[in-house]
Amino acid sequence: MTKSELIEIIAQKQKHLSYKDIEYAVKTMIEQMAQSLASGERIEIRGFGSFSLHFRPPRMGRNPKTGEPVPLSGKYVPHFKPGKELRERVNESIGTTTIQE
Amino acid sequence: MALTKADMAERLFEEFGLNKREAKDLVEMFFEEVRRALTTGKQVKLSGFGNFNLRDKSQRPGRNPKTGEEIPITARRVVTFHPGQKLKARVEAHAGTQQQQ
Repeated sequence: MTKSELIEIIAQKQKHLSYKDIEYAVKTMIEQMAQSLASGERIEIRGFGSFSLHFRPPRMGRNPKTGEPVPLSGKYVPHFKPGKELRERVNESIGTTTIQE
Repeated sequence: MALTKADMAERLFEEFGLNKREAKDLVEMFFEEVRRALTTGKQVKLSGFGNFNLRDKSQRPGRNPKTGEEIPITARRVVTFHPGQKLKARVEAHAGTQQQQ
């Protein structure tokens, strides 16, 4: 499911808001989540999961072309931990559905 | 502080005049539709944010850490999150300046 398919599904279920409104709302929600992580703030969605940042310490990398060592500074990467409801519902679906690409 | 569904509903309320009920329902629906897709075997791709993928894991041997007794960890389906390039870059850009709250 892509973002536009998600917008489509919500628009079909939410009759009093226009497609345009739903589209803008979904984009706003995603942008707010990205913004939150970009400013170092966690996201906690009950029943869905939480997003936090994990620190990757500085390390020596390598230029793949020349083989020359390059120092890489430490950085933060986003991390998602599924919540209980999502974890359980997804796990229960293992016997009844197959994973689609 | 962490971003919550209430914060997201508040933003929709402020930014485009949805009433509080509609804003709350829309945020709820957003996460519910992502969950629903994942529980029907569909992976979810939100451009500008990241992808939620599914993985089936086969049964493997485990151990009760208290008693040392061997118990199999049953086959299960799990959700993994892979942040997109854009989100990774935005998070990384703040790495030097910010500690996670």
